[in-house]
Amino acid sequence: MPFSIQASAKGNPSLVRFEDVALRYGTGPEILKHISLQFDPGSYHFLVGASGAGKSSLLRMMYLAQHPSAGRVTLFGRDVTELSRPETALLRRRIGVVFQDFRLLDHLTARENVALPLQISGQAHGRSDKDVEELLTWVGLADHMDALPPTLSGGQQQRVAIARAVIGRPNLLLADEPTGNLDDRMAVRLLYLFEELNKIGTTVVIATHNESLVDRFPHPVTRLSVGAIAPSGEMAKTPAAGPGANPATAKSAAAVAGRESP
Amino acid sequence: MRRRRQAVPLDRDATGRYLPLLVAIMVYLAALALAGAMVASKLADRWDSGLSGALTVQLPAAGPAATEGGEGDPVAQQVVALLRDTPGVTAVERLDTRDIAALLEPWLGDAGLTADLPLPGLIAVTVDADQPPDLNALRRAVLAVAPGSLVDDHQRWLGHLLDLTWAIEAMAIVVVALVVLAAAIMVAFVTRMGLAAHEQAIEVLHLIGAQDSYVARQFQSHALSLGLRGGLIGLLCALPTLYLGRHLLQRIDSGLLPEMQLLPIEWSLLVLLPVASALVAMMTARITVLRTLARMP
Ligand SMILES: Nc1ncnc2c1ncn2[C@@H]1O[C@H](COP(=O)(O)OP(=O)(O)O)[C@@H](O)[C@H]1O
Ligand SMILES: [Mg+2]
Repeated sequence: MPFSIQASAKGNPSLVRFEDVALRYGTGPEILKHISLQFDPGSYHFLVGASGAGKSSLLRMMYLAQHPSAGRVTLFGRDVTELSRPETALLRRRIGVVFQDFRLLDHLTARENVALPLQISGQAHGRSDKDVEELLTWVGLADHMDALPPTLSGGQQQRVAIARAVIGRPNLLLADEPTGNLDDRMAVRLLYLFEELNKIGTTVVIATHNESLVDRFPHPVTRLSVGAIAPSGEMAKTPAAGPGANPATAKSAAAVAGRESP
Repeated sequence: MRRRRQAVPLDRDATGRYLPLLVAIMVYLAALALAGAMVASKLADRWDSGLSGALTVQLPAAGPAATEGGEGDPVAQQVVALLRDTPGVTAVERLDTRDIAALLEPWLGDAGLTADLPLPGLIAVTVDADQPPDLNALRRAVLAVAPGSLVDDHQRWLGHLLDLTWAIEAMAIVVVALVVLAAAIMVAFVTRMGLAAHEQAIEVLHLIGAQDSYVARQFQSHALSLGLRGGLIGLLCALPTLYLGRHLLQRIDSGLLPEMQLLPIEWSLLVLLPVASALVAMMTARITVLRTLARMP
């Protein structure tokens, strides 16, 4: 907890900041509560928790698909509830999202799906065609560039979704179970891609229920428990130097947070 | 270069098949109404300019002897002189019996006119339209010289005709306005259906950073092409109808009806109808999308 206070005291502009955030869908129960976390520019985070813990819901608030029902979410230094519709659109262009269910447009080819963010932001020129092809080749879809998503396997669709999320070089990359449909070799390859993006400054947040995958990387882990209680991201981040200690620390942080919440 | 496919696949919607047909019917009706209005306005112009600068002085019917040697009628001569001296009168022409007979021929036929039919004496007066003479004073003066005469400025008759043509024009404008309104309502309805049908794709577009105007452009360009297609079909169907109408009007062949030919500018107005229908469809789609999306959270 002191670290989180320290971070904000330093005036470090965090990219993602949740302050005592709660979320409910409609009039349903709060599926997330007392969420406080802070992701700094250039950081790399795992968001883990059992299925139904609320990982996707947390990400939804980060890509502005959902506003918190209580508390405050700040993205790129802006309170999300104060954004106009045009501002929201512009902010979303800086956020790449790999949706859990891919959300590809079925009537567009893999190539067109990947090019869509460029087209939307008005960057679609001759050069971008090459970028799209290179990226698709890199994720192993050189032979499927003109295939429609429904003709692709789950893993192939997932890779198209990943390519679409990163083509615009986002500042923030949010990936919801991005390796769920991939074999281990491809999963590692794509996590390596995220690693590379992180090295050039992209803030990466990966939600996954696959703990064994998380253990292989020395990145801070934020753990959601089914009780929808979140440990603060900063607490998990502290021992990032020692990856082995990571999950344990995060777990204890969760326990602390759990006891503190009323 | 590959053809860029629409981000929202509107061209696959069934509604796309019906909209051009409905727009075609609308444009057909609008074309007929517009053509009707243009002919009516032409009639009004013709009657207006043809008659408003003119007065007719009608002298009581004289006997056959008097009409024969018209020049000899002293009353008529006096009236002509009076009119010539009136300020604001630019021309005075006394019509002789033959002129009057020619005027009446279309109604009575040449056989019906004989010299012994008592005809009123007619004096055609052209007045300066900018500075017309005081009609009441003129009437009094003419009556003093020739009791029982009539100074007719055609206003009553003309007024009724102008009212009629004005009403035809107004009705045509109302028809066109209603047609535009109906077309806009249809396009708005189809656009709403499209927004609902493609809700998921639109959500994805928003989530990857599309502005509402980007989504609107998808619907706009689709509506534009449907509106244009429908408009062209409607116009192509209207042209034979207009041609037939013109043919029937020309057969009337009466001095009362002016040339029924539409001018090139009027034709181009009609040809612009498909452009107008395309633009109306486009703007309606745009406004509908922007307003619907703006209401979303
Ligand atoms: N759109 C929604 N409407 C109502 N409840 C939802 C919705 N999405 C998720 N939930 C509920 O919120 C909880 C968390 O779901 P989710 O965020 O998908 O968890 P996770 O991604 O960790 O599996 C679940 O109980 C789920 O049923
Ligand atoms: Mg999920």
